[in-house]
Amino acid sequence: MNGPTSAAPHLVAAGCTINEVTGRITGLCTSKGSVHIAINYPALVPLLVLGGGALVVLFFSAVLPKRPYRGLWAGLTALAGTGTVADGLLQWQQLNGSSVTPVTIGDQLFYDHMGAFFVVLFGAATVLGAAISDGYLEREGLDGPEPYVLMLACSLGAVLMADAAGFVTLFLGLEILSISLYAMSAYHRWRAASGEAGLKYLILGSLASAIFIYGAALIYGATGSLQYLGVVSFLADNALFQNGILLGGMVLVIVGLGFKVAAVPFHFWSPDVYQGAPTPFVGYMAAVAKAAGFAALLRVLMLALPTLTSTWRPIIWVLATLSIVFGSVLALVQVDLKRMLAYSSISQAGYVLIGLQAGTAQGVQAVAFYVFTYTFMVIGTFAILGVLQGRGEARNDLSAVRGLATRSPWLAGAMLVLLLGQAGVPLTSGFLGKWVVIQAVLGQGQYELGLIGMLGAAVAAFFYLRVALVMFLAPDGAGAAPSAALTLSSAGGPGAATVGGESTGGEGDGGPGWAAGRPGGYLGSDLHAIVTAGLNARDKALALRPPPHSRVRVPAATAAVIVLCVVFTVFAGVSTPVLSWAHAITLPWSV
Amino acid sequence: MVNAAYVVVALPLLGFATNLVFGRRLKEPLAGWVGTMAAVGSFVAALITWVTMLGKPADQRVANLNIFTWVPVAGLHVNAGLWVDPLSLTMILFVTGVSSAIHLYSIGYMHRDPGFDRFFVYLNLFLFSMLVLVLADNFLFSFLGWEGVGFCSYGLIGFWFQRETAAVAAKKAFVTNRVGDVGFLIAMFLIFDHFGSLNYRNVLGTLVGGHPVGLMAGAPGAIPGSTATAITMLLFLGAVGKSAQIPLYIWLVDAMEGPTPISALIHAATMVTAGVYLMSRVAPLLHYAHATSWVIASVGTGSAFLAATIAATQDDIKKCLAYSTVSQLGYMFMAVGAGDYADGLFHMMTHAFFKALLFLAAGAVIHAMADNQDMKKMGGLARFMPLTTICFVAGWLAISGIVPFAGFWSKDAVLDSVWQMNKVLWAIGAFTAGLTAYYMSRQVALVFMGKARWSEARPEPVGAAVSGHGASVHSGGDHEVSEPGLPAPSHAGTPHDAPWTMSLPLVLLAIASLLGGGINFSAFGHFDYLSRFLSPIFPYATAITLSSGTKWALSLVTLALCLGGLGLGLRTWRSAEHPALEPVFLRRAWFWDAVVSATVSGPLRAGADALAFVVDGRLVDGFVNGVAGTLALSGRVVRKLQTGYLRTYAIGIGAGLIAFLAYITFRVGS
Repeated sequence: MNGPTSAAPHLVAAGCTINEVTGRITGLCTSKGSVHIAINYPALVPLLVLGGGALVVLFFSAVLPKRPYRGLWAGLTALAGTGTVADGLLQWQQLNGSSVTPVTIGDQLFYDHMGAFFVVLFGAATVLGAAISDGYLEREGLDGPEPYVLMLACSLGAVLMADAAGFVTLFLGLEILSISLYAMSAYHRWRAASGEAGLKYLILGSLASAIFIYGAALIYGATGSLQYLGVVSFLADNALFQNGILLGGMVLVIVGLGFKVAAVPFHFWSPDVYQGAPTPFVGYMAAVAKAAGFAALLRVLMLALPTLTSTWRPIIWVLATLSIVFGSVLALVQVDLKRMLAYSSISQAGYVLIGLQAGTAQGVQAVAFYVFTYTFMVIGTFAILGVLQGRGEARNDLSAVRGLATRSPWLAGAMLVLLLGQAGVPLTSGFLGKWVVIQAVLGQGQYELGLIGMLGAAVAAFFYLRVALVMFLAPDGAGAAPSAALTLSSAGGPGAATVGGESTGGEGDGGPGWAAGRPGGYLGSDLHAIVTAGLNARDKALALRPPPHSRVRVPAATAAVIVLCVVFTVFAGVSTPVLSWAHAITLPWSV
Repeated sequence: MVNAAYVVVALPLLGFATNLVFGRRLKEPLAGWVGTMAAVGSFVAALITWVTMLGKPADQRVANLNIFTWVPVAGLHVNAGLWVDPLSLTMILFVTGVSSAIHLYSIGYMHRDPGFDRFFVYLNLFLFSMLVLVLADNFLFSFLGWEGVGFCSYGLIGFWFQRETAAVAAKKAFVTNRVGDVGFLIAMFLIFDHFGSLNYRNVLGTLVGGHPVGLMAGAPGAIPGSTATAITMLLFLGAVGKSAQIPLYIWLVDAMEGPTPISALIHAATMVTAGVYLMSRVAPLLHYAHATSWVIASVGTGSAFLAATIAATQDDIKKCLAYSTVSQLGYMFMAVGAGDYADGLFHMMTHAFFKALLFLAAGAVIHAMADNQDMKKMGGLARFMPLTTICFVAGWLAISGIVPFAGFWSKDAVLDSVWQMNKVLWAIGAFTAGLTAYYMSRQVALVFMGKARWSEARPEPVGAAVSGHGASVHSGGDHEVSEPGLPAPSHAGTPHDAPWTMSLPLVLLAIASLLGGGINFSAFGHFDYLSRFLSPIFPYATAITLSSGTKWALSLVTLALCLGGLGLGLRTWRSAEHPALEPVFLRRAWFWDAVVSATVSGPLRAGADALAFVVDGRLVDGFVNGVAGTLALSGRVVRKLQTGYLRTYAIGIGAGLIAFLAYITFRVGS
């Protein structure tokens, strides 16, 4: 967006200059006797829709009886999300049509292709998250307007983060997003693990926020500006005599945002929070918090600090490598599915960091495509998991999915597609995502990183496929009486997770636990037990199809989300519209 | 209406999909009818395409129909496209036609088989693969069909997989074909290396300079003889595997373990003709590879003779026919080697008619004999199965090369061109023709004439047929009385003709065997429709320059040999036992199978075991398991960091921060 500014000539007054390229106005510009700040209203609409949606939900919750209509809150939230999606698309359209000033509202927000892309992403994640939360909250007896308000606020924060053109706005968005997520994590009132997750997230998140804001302050100290444009133009015009403060600020900012995207070694919160927080919220969080964090990282590193590329690229290299290696290796040894998915999402973050590490426009596009497709895969996966784990999140270990293919073939098929997608199997969007990030980094001659990415994908395939394997095993454990099949597959209460003959150890007890040491299932014996158990039970179990009541009941909205996510994952994997859409992203100024 | 070619391919695929998804629910007769209708529809579409093409001038009978771009990689652009030209038209016409008859026959033959729908799933897929093979517009897409045919033959030969021998035979067919496939694959690499393309249009067009229909225009580019020889030799290796020539013919005989309609399908319409098709397709390449032509002609002649000698000593009605297929395919390769592609294809067509007929009639006989396949325990069936007998006789006379049956004309044409190439090869070919008449007459005499030996043979539990073939892979004499899945024979009384679904195809094919020669009276005047139809695409075909006197003389000599063989066979085999005429080394198929088995189960097996248990089991698996173990171990170690204590987590974050800050200190000032 390098077009000339559309600012009208009448704005020009004494001491008022307009940057022709960015449309940035410096000095006091008066128009008809008042201070004029150029505002591009379309850029604000997503924020207004999401914020307004939150207020509307709050308002209705005040005037309507306690439990008005099933699905009202979710419906309103989804409506706001849909509006956001629509507005993001309109923005895209408008940005294509004419040359628009890329920075608006007194330099505080970007209005560009990347912003519109992420607005669509956050809107879609809001719709999906609200739709899968409804059935879950109903089942858990937690139905109410609060989580939806939080979700809308969180999306608002995410949009702010992605659109922010300065560190203050970014921090504002970061905090709105984070605080909403803390509360959402702790929302499951009668599950201790949920409260623990929220508290841990809050404390560590505050630490990360503090680090971030300190970094922003250092950058301000070094450059005298909190706006990306100010930073970059200062660095372009001035040679720093000592850049230690600037570099230190950059590191602190990277750490603060790296915490948000759960990059190793700032990832420690993520398994505990994923395990404790309500499952649909985890899906939403995994999508939105990561996407927002990456959008902010892209903006900061690519727009504010392009002059330091040679310095931050090694840092991102280390983060990416550690995330992929540790995420994959640690996911291998998990028995709890939510923890496994937490580590898997850490490893996925590593791939996005690969795209970022390229430091090119191609890398930006790869990152955008990756997080967009990952949104659908991860929300779909957690939607299925939320349905399977039963009331009170009783089963989070592999037993939750055991024999799913028999109990509900369609659900198993959907899960299989989503898992394959995350593993990066061709004909899914996950493959294309990994392809583009690795391609971006290979384009920069970073063959080691590309190789690490490929090897990590091979390791990752194991733990995804292990879940798939268990799904297609017989529904019953070895040595269990035939009736155990019914117990296992009926929607039992909390604590009903008895898995016959499988040595899963103490992992599946629900709480992350403050105490150290999680004994139990490790790779070898665990897998061995599963396989032998499955083989032994196969003959018996094949003859013992569970009775109809043990079939999984999927709420309609959740089912719709699952179908949508699966269809999208395949669609974006076998066709190019989404990819070419991401490829159309340009940044406001070339990097 | 060239677009009907899409339908030719689409219908079998549709039938396949329908039966795959709904076959179980469609139940017995309907699933079969779905499959049959798909084949018949495909045949009709092929006819429409053909008629449309006939309406065009001879040098414009070509269409390249793209379905979708399959491989769009830089430098390698491969379409899933159809190439409709006289050669592929000829192929699809008889492939779909004969297949339709076999489909119909199968409805009766597979009656009450528990795998009825599965059978038609495979059958339609088989047909589809074959059509892809012959209609594809590039080597790679053809190879897809090539492999599809191989896979379906595996599924169908092993259709009664509960039976050990069937499962083994299916594996043998598959593995033997793979040997040939390697040749095809390497040939493709060479082609791509030399031509930069895999499309027939580009590859062959480069060689002929746009003269034949549809190929790319341009000056004829030469190809080094060595390259052409390498490519064609490798392709011929593939053809040898698929078309069951020496030394890879061994699978075809074991393929008799499949249901009889499958034998007919493999031997007549699909699969074995693929090799001949492929060599005809690359005729412009063969023009530059004289060595390959000689190899092809020699292998063809050798196969024809060798297989005929073996066929003369077999007791199993289907094995006899199987060896005769190898022998007849040898004739086709003789023609291809001699550069007379049109007559090779002509013989392929007539062979498709009479071999399908013979197999289907043999199936009816086996059906009537309660699944006994030993000819020595048959006899005198003419009285009980008049219709089957008449049809079989038509096939017999056709394959024996008796005027005016189809086989006479095509075999004559082939031998004419071979005479022009080399007199020795001709002599062997002519002698083999006589031998063919002999062993077929032996078969007819044993099965349909003489005393009824089956009445005493029937109570015998396991057919004690001493089929001399295949000592190791499945030793002779293990023919089971009843094919699993088939119900106990309901016709406990006298044998009789089959139901109409089985008889109708017989009659149709008998008519085709009688009149099929009419499509190409190449020996006399201007009735060579097929040759003229095909001539635009074989610009380098060797012209037959024999005088008509020579032709007459050759024809008469061959005919005399055939009649002699015929008479000898009929006279000798009035009675069933003539040990002197069945030397063991012929009954055991020149011991070739035994040699292969000994090699495969001896040194080759030892080498494979070493690879499997030492290299793969210890080395590769060890490495993989080691990596997995290391990963798991490191995972268990690293997870200790995840204590659950916030202070640990904070330390982790802090440590990361400090590490990066430490790094930054090295970068300050730079």
